[in-house]
Amino acid sequence: MRTNKKQYDRMVKGASPKSKVAKNCVWAFVVGGSFCVLGQILTEVYAEYMHFSLGDARQLASITLVGLSALLTAAGWYNRLARRAGAGTLVPITGFANAVVSPAIEFSTEGFVTGVASRMFVIAGPVIVYGTLASVAYGVILYVRARFGI
Amino acid sequence: MNYVWAFVVGGLICVAGQLLIDLTKLTPARILVIFVVSGVVLSAIGVWEKLVDFAGAGATVPILGFGHILAQGVEKAVAQSGFVGIFTGGMTACSGGVTASLMFALIASALTKSKSQS
Repeated sequence: MRTNKKQYDRMVKGASPKSKVAKNCVWAFVVGGSFCVLGQILTEVYAEYMHFSLGDARQLASITLVGLSALLTAAGWYNRLARRAGAGTLVPITGFANAVVSPAIEFSTEGFVTGVASRMFVIAGPVIVYGTLASVAYGVILYVRARFGI
Repeated sequence: MNYVWAFVVGGLICVAGQLLIDLTKLTPARILVIFVVSGVVLSAIGVWEKLVDFAGAGATVPILGFGHILAQGVEKAVAQSGFVGIFTGGMTACSGGVTASLMFALIASALTKSKSQS
């Protein structure tokens, strides 16, 4: 029995981190996929029933998801879901919105300028900085290619 | 079918993010930065547009889609206004999502009490 228990413990130790990763991945897949389905439904509603162009419909779907995320974050539900769903709540645009709204609410006690407005960029700031600079690098390539025909 | 592919592709992108969380020491902020920059690169080489055609919101809702919007914006702006477009394209294109985030964050923080007691 003793060796069995030892063996069992070793097996648990060996298996649990992996199965934990697998479990996290299932959560991320289902929750992240669901946000995307919601985005798809919104896009189609805006494009087909409200006659926006496909590009505008996608933008509006993102804006709606951002608003929804703000609502869920303010209610405290988004962060509760994030504890289970991990990247499923981080990677969709709702995660970006949560990263803006969550610190804004948390630091509201420090005032609207140094608290809310500056803290909302704690995570969004780097995303915008490096995303924009990557687009600038791409723009330079496009410009040089168009200008010099390379 | 649209919904199935949106779910599967979007879900798989999130699984990629989850693997980065679980198997590396990358913080969520770094993962978001990596995903946005990757989105710009994947869009620049023409991969992301194809995925958007195929999976719709499964490719536009993940933060990689944000990078795609930035890249598309700079393409359009450079084609229209040349050199200046390098600087105006990205931010113009992503302004919708960013502005919505700021606005909703301000409203949410005005209407919600901070829960941090410390």
